[in-house]
Amino acid sequence: MELFERLMKLDRRWVFLLLIIVCVWAYASSFSVPILVMPEVQSIYDKVEGLPEGSVVLVAIDYDPNNLAELHPMTYALVEQCWRKKIKTIFTALSMNGPGMCVQAIRDITDSVSRDKEYNGVMYKGREVVNGVDYCFLGYKPYYAIVILGMGQAFNQPYPTDYYGTPLDEVPMMRGIINYDQVDLVVDISGGNITDAWISYGQGRFGFDLALGLTGVMTAQYYPYLGSGQVIGIMGGLLGAAQYEKLTDNPGRAKDGMRVQLPAHLVIILFIIMGNVGFFANKLRLRREGRA
Amino acid sequence: MEFTSFLWLTFGVFVTLCTMSFLYKDNPFYKFAEHLVVGVSAGYFVIILWHQGLVPKLFERLEDGDWYYGFLNSSHWEYIIPAILGCLMWARFSKNYSWLSRWPMALYIGISAGLAIPLEMSNKVNKQLHAMMVEIDWANFFGHDGFNLLDVTSGFSQLLIMVGTISAIVYFFFSKEHTGVFGRVATFGIWILMIGFGASFGFTVMARISLFINRLQDTFDWGGVAFDSTNQHYSGMFPGVFWAFTLFVIGYVVYEIVTYLKQRSATTQ
Repeated sequence: MELFERLMKLDRRWVFLLLIIVCVWAYASSFSVPILVMPEVQSIYDKVEGLPEGSVVLVAIDYDPNNLAELHPMTYALVEQCWRKKIKTIFTALSMNGPGMCVQAIRDITDSVSRDKEYNGVMYKGREVVNGVDYCFLGYKPYYAIVILGMGQAFNQPYPTDYYGTPLDEVPMMRGIINYDQVDLVVDISGGNITDAWISYGQGRFGFDLALGLTGVMTAQYYPYLGSGQVIGIMGGLLGAAQYEKLTDNPGRAKDGMRVQLPAHLVIILFIIMGNVGFFANKLRLRREGRA
Repeated sequence: MEFTSFLWLTFGVFVTLCTMSFLYKDNPFYKFAEHLVVGVSAGYFVIILWHQGLVPKLFERLEDGDWYYGFLNSSHWEYIIPAILGCLMWARFSKNYSWLSRWPMALYIGISAGLAIPLEMSNKVNKQLHAMMVEIDWANFFGHDGFNLLDVTSGFSQLLIMVGTISAIVYFFFSKEHTGVFGRVATFGIWILMIGFGASFGFTVMARISLFINRLQDTFDWGGVAFDSTNQHYSGMFPGVFWAFTLFVIGYVVYEIVTYLKQRSATTQ
């Protein structure tokens, strides 16, 4: 059998094995790759940085554990940035398994904010983040489109109580916060089509500033909304998360994972080239032999 | 980290390996992981829907009524109507009464369509069309901050978007044969579409690798915790579990290789 024919018939499990070996090698190695920040990520960072203390950011945790790898680092970097700057945060989770993601993120970020840390040359003293004062977690409600529209009327319509059962009117942070009019920025961190509802039913209907944190699979699909000005910025996949971590000077799992992406992509590109070379060479050979 | 937490971490690594073993071939470990995910997700969803949906939205609203009056004496008796409509969905299971389920479905679809059509039209069609119809910035054709063709506000980008969009639409126009100038424009359109799909493919590869990286990070963390003597709950049980699990995995891999070689030699003979 000719080399190109064998290339075409290569068992895909060899590709998986090589990819696994390369990824494990890259992760165990200590090299780093430069992270270049894209304007669509920078614009989200600039928006949050420009908010004064006491502003309100709504973070929609609309993803399940299957998207945790890409989206959790975004949540961690963004929310820690908000809390270090004493920006109040409202959390919603319109995805079925979102509450678990949100509770985990709140617990870990609260722990991180309790320690003194320096970001971009500015020293931030550790402080206790208090539920109901620094943040309010509204929880999950089914039928996200109705919930997004309902919050535009009043947060306490779809959410009479917060996730922990406290009536929303008794949550100190929510005094004076009635609907999106009092929210300075909405960030939807999403692994599904809830983003469409935030664009159409949320931003389109109520006109607030909307930023997106998306999985890699979704990212290309939402760039048109950036061009039309319907969203102010997009963090796309692990790369977007790594860029945000770089901007906030808070390196985490995304920046750590990017050094694996480079060799993994090179391997995939190599196999694509090999596959194409094999395909065309085989086609040429068959044509020469008069079989095609 | 406490020992029980470490055991959960070990279980996470086990389920990861179970799932990834499918890349080699279908096996009982993969089936176990698959059924576990589906079962846990379904169970979790039911509980969440019960506590976040039915309890606060229905039962709590009707709790001041009495069941023997059918909750009609409740101050929010009107919530009985959506409850009945919800129950009618179950009529689908009956051959004779399945038509009743069309009422709640009709209501649901009607409301959804009423809400969706104007907003979707406005935000996904009109605004996108408006974004397309901008004046080309000839004065800054090559970008605003120096030479930058990919600057989204540059005239070049705007021209490319306009030509690309029209060409891609031409490709889907099947009422005229794709020949001559029309055919060339359609070919350019398919190139534009392919570039778009290529960008999506690149992002998709990144997404899939990201998932694997996350599992790698957790597995490496698990190995780190197993030998972290600075952990205040550390004991000999931590490396014990690590080695027992590692030996089990190695043993299974060796078993699979031996089985494969036996099958191969049997086939050649």
